[in-house]
Amino acid sequence: MPPPPSGSDAMNDEAPPLLEARGVAKHYGPVVALRSADLSVAAGEVHALLGANGAGKSTLVKCLTGVIRQDAGTVSVSGRASRPRSPMHAARIGLAPVFQDPALVPDLSVAQNLRLTGSSVDAVASQLDAMSLKVSFRELVGDLPLPILRMLDLARALTHDPQLLILDEITAALPSDLAERVFDVMNERRERGRSVLFITHRLAEVIATCDRATILRDGQDVGTMVPREGGEARIVEIMLGPEAARAEAEAAGRKEAEVPAPVAGAEEEEAAAVLEVDDLRVGVVQGISFTLRRGEILGLAALEGQGQDELFEALAGQRRVEGGELRMEGKGFRPRHPYDAIRRRIVLVPPDRLLALLPQRSVRENVSAPLYNTPLRWGPINMRAEGRRVRRAVDALQIDMRAARQVRRLSGGNQQKVTIARWLASGFAALLCNDPTRGIDVGTKRQVYALLRELAADGAAILFFSSELAEFPLVCDRVLTIYGGRVTAELPGAAADEATLLHAMHGLEADEAAA
Amino acid sequence: MTTAPAPTAAAAVEFRGAEPWRRALRLHGWTIAVWLVLLAMVPYWRSLSQQDFKFDVQALAIDALPLCFAAMAQAVVVISGGIDLSIGSLMGVVNVLSAREMVDMSFRQALAFSLLLIVLTALASGFTGAIITLTRIPDIVVTLGMLFVWQGVALWIMEIPGGGVPIDYSDLAVGDLGSTGIPNAAVAVFAAFLIIWVPLRWLRPGLAIYAVGSNRNSAYLSGIGVARTRVGAYLLAGVFTGLAGLALSASSGIGDPNSGATYTLNSVAAVVLGGVSLLGGVGGLIGVIAAAYVLTLSKIILLLRGTDPNYANVYQGALIILVVVIGGLLTRKTRS
Repeated sequence: MPPPPSGSDAMNDEAPPLLEARGVAKHYGPVVALRSADLSVAAGEVHALLGANGAGKSTLVKCLTGVIRQDAGTVSVSGRASRPRSPMHAARIGLAPVFQDPALVPDLSVAQNLRLTGSSVDAVASQLDAMSLKVSFRELVGDLPLPILRMLDLARALTHDPQLLILDEITAALPSDLAERVFDVMNERRERGRSVLFITHRLAEVIATCDRATILRDGQDVGTMVPREGGEARIVEIMLGPEAARAEAEAAGRKEAEVPAPVAGAEEEEAAAVLEVDDLRVGVVQGISFTLRRGEILGLAALEGQGQDELFEALAGQRRVEGGELRMEGKGFRPRHPYDAIRRRIVLVPPDRLLALLPQRSVRENVSAPLYNTPLRWGPINMRAEGRRVRRAVDALQIDMRAARQVRRLSGGNQQKVTIARWLASGFAALLCNDPTRGIDVGTKRQVYALLRELAADGAAILFFSSELAEFPLVCDRVLTIYGGRVTAELPGAAADEATLLHAMHGLEADEAAA
Repeated sequence: MTTAPAPTAAAAVEFRGAEPWRRALRLHGWTIAVWLVLLAMVPYWRSLSQQDFKFDVQALAIDALPLCFAAMAQAVVVISGGIDLSIGSLMGVVNVLSAREMVDMSFRQALAFSLLLIVLTALASGFTGAIITLTRIPDIVVTLGMLFVWQGVALWIMEIPGGGVPIDYSDLAVGDLGSTGIPNAAVAVFAAFLIIWVPLRWLRPGLAIYAVGSNRNSAYLSGIGVARTRVGAYLLAGVFTGLAGLALSASSGIGDPNSGATYTLNSVAAVVLGGVSLLGGVGGLIGVIAAAYVLTLSKIILLLRGTDPNYANVYQGALIILVVVIGGLLTRKTRS
């Protein structure tokens, strides 16, 4: 993380704020996405926009950048009223957004994409250089991994030297080393008197990088504060509302009393091995071995592209194993299809939720889809039994069922809960979670942590990857760090603090990390 | 939060994708392969035909001319992420209208009238595109409706085949360039490709057509006018459709309200065979032109072999599937 920001007093000047939004509202039919939001960003300020899923952050950003048209409210830039009419127009008046979905066309090369938007290839190249990134512009965008695309989008936005750079959850898909580069860019913008509007779910990042934060709840702004002074607890309190925060804290307290996170070493030896991986080789994975035991959560920490995705895909049967051995409950197996893995009760929660869901079908059908899988179950579906199992899973995860007719209408956090709920309903022995909390809000994240701990306490074996390092000590019993397709360190969950993880994830020696 | 200084803050992250030759193969492999298929068919064709080579090439070029233009029209729409089922029947309208009016015209008048017809066809096709983008009804529904509309219009203009075109005008399609033996019909196709498509392809409007076909949301966020671009694609397709209808008139010398009927689905076949993805955003016109020649030549070969015309379509359909399946398997190989 970059050093704490300096010069946050700059915004107390008399000059009109760089961006001023007043009473911005937007509804889609009867659904209110944004009730009435105020936002004011001063020149030379890094400003965070926070809120739980569905609080209206993305809607506000889309209104500010002309992607959608607000129903009410005013937006002024440098004191002049101007409502951006389109993303292009927004760019002309000095607002450069980097959206959650990459704004690069997959079937064109990087260079063609730049020509399409009238960006200068040289300018983008020098921006990438400044971030020490090397990407060939002849590559097709569809061949590039998501984190690189986000960085390209960022570089392209920077070439216009915008007054206000808007980063919509850019770090959600970034490994920590690339996220650092984004923070460097944010600091550099501040030093040059430019502003950044930073939308994220990661509160630690906000505290480390932002001068002020505006918090949205239920489509309204509920407070602007200086994050460093309030701290995470204060932000969460405002974000969730007073009652919710209290209930949350109580639940967390109860949780800690009931399920102590770390599993004692003695128990570990008794617990039966569920999934054994021996010298696995697939793609960049160069021979990874570990044993996942009953009742434990094993964390995997790694930078982008160190083999974790290949590992998950191989275990879930999406990718052919190239070498090594896999044993599930003592029996060797080589999954050739996700069905093979599921039949052995190894189930996957993938990083991209929509890959796992049927977006146009209901929550019920999504949750029950794996239940149809038993080959000997031809004939009519037992709707009552199915309904019972689905309800139990939905209740356990507290899924918001108001928009349950089509999963794609749920918020990201609720969609993620559905991907877990389907496996709760069908039952499993080993749960593979590849970044299960990506892009979901703090409240839901905590529910996910609590759920995983409960599942482990009930005897499930869980493999857990996260791009957010702070999650490992909260969730895991043990953590393996992977670098260059090999395991570089094994740590007990309690000892897996960010500094230690970061060192091991970069392939550095353990004693160096301890120093 | 306290964090140790990130050890890699300065290290460059480099991303390397596929090797250049693989990327080139993926981008252009299909187009090259279709031309190779066309070349490979030639010796077999020669072994069956008793005619002079020059004469045969001439016949092939004339035969393929309307399909080439129809396929180019379809390709533009498909690349932009749509599909146009009304191409054939709109060709029919152009065909009967030109044959009815040109019958008594001089060559120059006929040329001027052709230009007018091309403009009108472009507007008609652009109108279809405007309906699609304004109402957000899927392309296939609107253009299916337009198929019947244009069919009716053609019958209304001319109930039974008739009319005609000036001899000189006809010569544009059936003659050859000077006395070089290069068929005019082939020259027309490549001239249209070079003059209309190539410049667009490398400028923003052409890239925009690929962009909206590839991913509409990304294109919008890149600042592309999506609706404008899609209507533009239909407009451009209309230009090629107009050329296709005029090619029908010039090569057959007569107007027939049902003449366009087979071209809609044949144009889709040529587009698929020519390496344009039906999902949009991928492919080019040069492969589609080759595919139009392959389809026409395969029909000629089947005729030469004396295959019952009723069965000829079975072979042709099977050929399309076979080529696309093989192509699909090879593409998957180079991707992994």
